[in-house]
Formats: sequence, structure tokens, C-alpha cells
Amino acid sequence: MTMHIVDRRLNPNQKSLENRQRFLRRAKAVIQRAVKETSKSRGIRDVLEGGEVSIPIDGTTEPRLRRGSGRPDMVLPGNKKFIEGDILPRSGEGSGKPKDAGEGDSEDTFRFVLTRDEFLDIFLDDLELPDLAKRRLAEAEHQGLRRAGFKVSGSPANLSVSRTVRLALARRVALRRPRPEAIEQLEAQCEACEDEERRAKLQAELDALKSKMRRIPFIDPIDIRYRRFETVPKPAVQAVMFCLMDVSGSMSEHMKDLAKRFYMLLYIFLTRRYRHVDIVFIRHTDRAEEVDEETFFRAPASGGTLVSSALQCMHEVIRERYDPADWNIYAAQSSDGDNSYSDGETTGRLLKDLILPFTQYYAYLEVSEPGGFANMPESALWTLYQRLCADGAPLAMRKVAERGEIYPVFRDLFQKRVGQERVAP
Amino acid sequence: MSAGVAAKGRLFEGADWDFSVLQRIHDACEGIALKELGLDVYPNQIEVITAEQMLDAYSSVGMPLYYKHWSFGKHFAHQEAFYRKGLMGLAYEIVINSSPCISYLMEENTATMQTLVIAHAAFGHNHFFKNNYLFKQWTDAEGILDYLNFAKTYIAHCEEHYGQLAVERTLDAAHALMSHGIFRYPGKKTLDLRAEERREQERRRHEERAFNDLWRTVPAGPGKTANELTIDRRRALLGLPQENILYFLEKSAPRLQSWQRELLRIVRHIAQYFYPQGMTKVMNEGTATYVHYKIMTRLHEQGRLSDGNFLEFLQSHTNVVFQPGFDDQRFSGFNPYALGFAMMSDIERIVTRPDEEDRTWFPDIAGTGDAMAVLRDVWANYRDESFISQFLSPRLMREMRMFHLHDDPAEPKGIRVEAIHDERGYRRIRRALSRQYDVGLLEPNIEVVDVDLAGDRHLLLRHQVVDGNLLNEADAKLVLQHLADLWSYDVSLREVDATDTVLKEHGANPRKLAAAA
Repeated sequence: MTMHIVDRRLNPNQKSLENRQRFLRRAKAVIQRAVKETSKSRGIRDVLEGGEVSIPIDGTTEPRLRRGSGRPDMVLPGNKKFIEGDILPRSGEGSGKPKDAGEGDSEDTFRFVLTRDEFLDIFLDDLELPDLAKRRLAEAEHQGLRRAGFKVSGSPANLSVSRTVRLALARRVALRRPRPEAIEQLEAQCEACEDEERRAKLQAELDALKSKMRRIPFIDPIDIRYRRFETVPKPAVQAVMFCLMDVSGSMSEHMKDLAKRFYMLLYIFLTRRYRHVDIVFIRHTDRAEEVDEETFFRAPASGGTLVSSALQCMHEVIRERYDPADWNIYAAQSSDGDNSYSDGETTGRLLKDLILPFTQYYAYLEVSEPGGFANMPESALWTLYQRLCADGAPLAMRKVAERGEIYPVFRDLFQKRVGQERVAP
Repeated sequence: MSAGVAAKGRLFEGADWDFSVLQRIHDACEGIALKELGLDVYPNQIEVITAEQMLDAYSSVGMPLYYKHWSFGKHFAHQEAFYRKGLMGLAYEIVINSSPCISYLMEENTATMQTLVIAHAAFGHNHFFKNNYLFKQWTDAEGILDYLNFAKTYIAHCEEHYGQLAVERTLDAAHALMSHGIFRYPGKKTLDLRAEERREQERRRHEERAFNDLWRTVPAGPGKTANELTIDRRRALLGLPQENILYFLEKSAPRLQSWQRELLRIVRHIAQYFYPQGMTKVMNEGTATYVHYKIMTRLHEQGRLSDGNFLEFLQSHTNVVFQPGFDDQRFSGFNPYALGFAMMSDIERIVTRPDEEDRTWFPDIAGTGDAMAVLRDVWANYRDESFISQFLSPRLMREMRMFHLHDDPAEPKGIRVEAIHDERGYRRIRRALSRQYDVGLLEPNIEVVDVDLAGDRHLLLRHQVVDGNLLNEADAKLVLQHLADLWSYDVSLREVDATDTVLKEHGANPRKLAAAA
């Protein structure tokens, strides 16, 4: 009998990927809750690596008709001391009561591992930048080209050789253009022929073929095709996010950690969701500087506090690189709320006159020690911003004291606004 | 090296293998299996797969191709988590009841393990699949892969036409009723899955050909009023009572579309295909384990396996047939490998070296001498329940120290030991253990008993309660909901005991969404 060996190891893996996605879609709500829980207890780096989540098994149950309790009769192996007629207590330790064998109802949670992408998708689901507008100018500049079939006229650069040759071949076949080989063969016959009469006949045939070949060109102008392109507007939206962070001495390690976590989320969110978002990192003490991502998240710094310096720096960057007419400008600021007394007025003025008029959205995150907001007066910045807010500035403010609050607050700030239509893509 | 191997007659040295070694192993096993054991097998196809592919196969009940459904993704996610944490090892092989018989071998296995697996799956299971009467009756090994392929394509096609959600809803409901989509008693004809596929295609072609918009305009004649039908006649027309709920819905549910009926049919066919496996766990594994033990021992005797490799085999074999006692932490019921292998070896002993006890208990086979002939007959003609009730010997009951517990709710003091492994107890233990494998008792006995087609189309089901054991309420509720969605009208389920007293009644109304589908 013949036997076949098939090596399946090189077959595409992840055959069950689609089933997995269907399962995730189905269990989405439960998983989302679980992801939120998970992200509270874990370091931000770990969170973003994905990982194991456990979800309650209901919601994805597969019910079937089955009996409720176990069977009354049971045969078991391994009897050591029982004899017929012994009565064993139903529950209780040590008496050798058999564990209920068979079906387990015990499984009340369901554990599995999410990949990084799946995790982030769920993690960042439903978030978006508010009021993403200002796309007119960008559109005018970004007319993309797309292939769209063929046309009969155009520039030689766009000549589609393969299509042209194909049509020509079809036409030659249809019109029975004589093949060069056939003519050569006839010519050879003609020369080799001794019989005069027959030779004349062959010659006539040859002439007819030759003239037919001349009449039917190898490539006719009607065969020629050019690649056709369509211009499509590319929905490229230009946006820039300013991340302003206070790193002064009054910020404790805990507060900096909170702020960094917040920006980490923001960073992940923006880089995953929007391809054309620029991010500008500004950190400040009593001086502000624009830094790169690495320095922003890692390098230590210390000093006094002048919030206006950061706003001034942001203003300069806007003036230099991001024309408010073309760019959607967003800013997220985090601070412990302390500001030197003399700086309050400058900050207010800068914000009101030079920043807020040009930003789509300005989020302010105030961080504190755990439980720090309870018995403290409102901070200087908070009071100031509240006043601006009351005047109708596009300003959102939240307070955060615990790690676990970061994600909810973040979601809150960037949640899709219900009832507010997105600008049509 | 290879010359040295050939000289010694060894199949392989060490743990490494390649495809020529696999071929050599297969041929050696085949020689023993066919000539010495007299097995009769489907042609073999051996497929080498990775651990991840093994996990893939796990989640789709071992089948190489299967339609898409979220529940398979769920199983995969669950098993993957366990596997990655090291809580669960993977099986060494999966074997499929098809012709050719496909065995999946893990690439991580050593050469000894591959030999074991080939002997176990490609000959043991393979012979059982081909010869056992249940598999002959209920499964179509030739057609199953084609049918699964058809099912996969058909369901994908339905998803394109009617939307993933609608298909998923129908499949969810069908899966919930899968355990009751089986004919338990053989019907007129055996299953021919290739014909199934052709039938569906022909029906579609016929519909396309016969479509004529004119029919829509023909006025319907006066129908026969249902009142004229007596209850008995009505039941007879609908084929009631009917234990195969999926079949009943496929044929009689008033508002299902034809693709939904076909989906129910697919799920029902697949359930039927797996039905014999549930009834022959002990026998199937027992056969395969006995066969691999025989083949491996012979290979060692012939000098084709080295002593070291044979010890490696013995170690995994011992792990496979380990039966912890009831009070052991690792105990989770009878290990079908252990019980099956012990019984097969015991039959061999009875046939070849019987004692007085065996001669009284098994006069038909004791001392007849040809163990393989008896075993082949057993493998062909029994299932777990009948196998145990016929062939479990007193000696094995003593060896495994079996005892029988009876939990009578009326007894306040506790659970009574009904029987132990002594003269008085042998027959009772054997009867109780065989009942434990009785399919009629494994699944609740539920039937469609009546439907009020003239009135509100209320569907009535009955659960015949055994030993006062009612259905799990939460699950019953969910399943009935699915059932009502498919039926599109109210459904109720009565649980009755032997005297027809109603112990409990469940009900469900169809959800709006499903009715609209």
C-alpha cells in the first residue's frame, strides 16, 4: 500500500487568525473592560506590549442541553479499604469522598493572550482628535494620482506597451495577417520551383500575401493605449500636537510618572491613529526647551517654574513652522499647578491671545500626590484656566492623582463626541 | 552511517529523523500490522506539522479544514494561553477518520515517538475507523474532507450574500443544538457526503432553471384547513416525536430560508460524523494503544529498535496508560487509554492463557488461542457500553480495585458503597460501569413532541428525566432561546419523569432580530 508524507510545516500559519478576530469582535465589550482593569495595575511599557487578559466566560458561552448535577451512580478505581455497605459522608475532608469527576463547571473566567496590536486596538478604540478641520489648503496641495484603466491618447511616457502589443496581436490574428515564416517558406518554394507555370502561380500568391502584410500593419495606431490616471484628492489632514510638561522641582517623582504616562498614551494614540501628525515636545522649568522624544520621556531636569516660558516657546514654534491657517493645532499640558505668582498674568495673556485662538483643543492635566486634591485649595494654574474656560475657550481640564485614573481621564479627553459628525473623509 | 544502520537492521539511531526514516518506520510498522496482526487499514497519509499548527487543529476539532466561526477562535485563544504558560502539553498526534487516513505528526517528536505515533494512529486508529460497525454505519471516510470543503465554501458564500452576522446567528443556534442533531438509530441509508454536496448543487441549479416570475402572480388555491387533520395525523406528517431537533427544524421550521436550512444540515452532518467517536472512546484508544504496544514490542524483538529507544517508548507508554486512583490529586475519571489497553491485554490473556475463572466467565473465547482473531472481532462489533458489559473480567476489576458508589438523595448519612471487587460485586460493578458509557444516559433524552401548526405554532419539546436529574437551567434557557429564534415562534420544554408528571417547564419567545432574518 502506498503511503504519502506531506510536509505541512511550511504552510501558512495562523489559519485560525480569522476565527480569533471574530471571537475578539464578539467579546469586545468584555475584553475592553478587562483591558482597562489590566492597564491599571501594570507599567505603561508593559501595557503597551499587550499580554494576558482574563474575561468572564459569559458573553461567549456556548450553551448546550445537558444535565444539571452529576450522576448518582459512579464506578471508580483504586479502592483501598471500602467494603460493600459502607456509607461515606457526602462532604468533608479526609473521608475519601471522590471529587466530582467529569464536566467542570469551575471555569468562570477565561484567560488568553492578546497580541500588541490587538491590545492597542482595543485600548485606543473610539478615540479621536476633536474638531479635526482645516483641510482645504492641504487638499489643494495633495492631489494624488491613481491608475484608472487605459485611454487612446496621451503622452508617450504613459504608453502601455503590454496592452498595446496585446491588442495588436489580437487584431493581427483576427485579420489573418500572414506570418513572416509563411512568406519565407513560400519564397523558398518559389525559388526552388522548376515548373514555370506553377512558379508564376506561387509568385502571385506570394505577392498577394506580401501586399496583405503591408496592408495590415504590425502595430496600428488604433492598437495604441496609454495608461490613464485619475486625480484623487488625498484626505491628508495636517495636525500638530504640542506636549508641554512641567519638570520643575515641585513635581515629585509620582507626578512626573503620571504626566509621562499620560503623554505616553497620547503618543501611542497619535502615532497609531494619524499618519500625518507632528508631535512637538516641550518641557519647562523656569526655562522651556523643545526636546526630542527620548529626552522628554527619560532625561531628568529640575528648577523653578515659569509656565509662560513653555507657552512662549510653543508660540515661537507655531510661528516658525506651523501656520495656523494650514495646521490643526492641539496642545496637552501637564503640571502640578504651581506657577510663580508673578507669572500668572503673563501666562493668562499668552494663552488667551497667542495660543488658544489658534488651537483646536487644549487639554490641561493637573497631577498631584495620591489623594492630594482632597484638602488643598485650587492651584494657581487651575484657577487661571478655569477663568479662561468660563470665557468659552476650547480648553479641557482634568485632575489626576492615581495611576489608575490616567486611562479613564485620557479616554475622557479624547473620546469621540457623540452627535458631533466627523468631517467627512 | 546509513550502511551501519542497514547492517544492524535498525530503523534509526538516536532521536533524529527525516522523511526517508519516516517511510522506513511506516513500512516496518505496516509489515507487522498487516501480516502479523492482520489489520485492515485505509491508505495512510502522514503530515508533519508544527506546534502552532497543532494548536490550530485543536481549535477546529482536529479537522484540517473547517468553516469560520468565533467559537473556534475562542478555543484557540484558550488553548494557546495554556500552552504558552506550559500548563498543557500538546498531543503527539491527531488522526482523522478519512480515506486516506490522515495522521498529523508533530515535528518536535523524536524518532521513537514518531514510530509510536505511526503505530498508534496510522495503524491502530486507522483499523478501528475502517472496521468498527458504528463508523461504517455513521461516517463516510471517503467523503468527509470534500464535504468539509464544501461546507466551508458554502458558508463563506452565505456570509457574502446574507452578511456575517446573520450567518453567525444561525450557526450559534445550530451549534447550541448540535448535541441534539443526531440520529441515534440507523436509518434507511448510510451517509454519503459526496452525494450531499451534489444534491445541494443540483437543487440550486434547479431553482435557477425553474425560476419563473409568473408563478408569483398565480392565485393560491384554497388550502386544506389544518383543522381537518387530527393530532395523530399531524404528528405523523411532521415525523413526531423527533429526537433529532436540527433535522426537525431543517425540515419543518416555517420561516427559515433555504440557506439557513442548509446550514443546519451541515452542522447536523458534522455532528453525526463525530457521533461514533463519543461512543467508542475506550475502545478506540484501547485498540490504538494495544496495536502500538504490539508493534513496538515486535520491532524491538526483531532488533529494529535499539534497547535505548525501546525504553524511551516504554516510558511514554507507561505515562499514557497511567490510571490514578480515585483519591489521587490527578484523578479525573477513568483514563480511556488505561482502561482500553488493560481490557485488550486482558482479552489476549483470556484467549491464550485462561484460568478457571475465565473459563466460567468467558466460555466462548477462553483458550481459543488466536487472540488477534478475537480482538479483531471485538473491535468490529462493539462500542464502549457493550464492550465493557461483555468483556470486563473479574480479574481486571480486582487489579484496578473498582468499586461502585450510589448517591441516593433519600439517604441522609451519605453515599453508599454499593459493590466492591468481590464475588457479589463483579456483575453489579460491570453493569454500572457499562451504564456510565451508555450514550442514552450521557446526553439527556429530548424530543420534539408536538407543534400547533394551525394555531400559534407553539413548539413543544419533552425531556424524559432519568434518576430525577433535571437540565442545567441556565444553559437550557440559552439553548431554548436559540431554538425559538430558529423556529420563529414560542417554544417550550417540559421535563417529565417516567410517570409523565411534569417536573419543570421552560419556555422561550423568539427575538425580533432573528424573526426578521
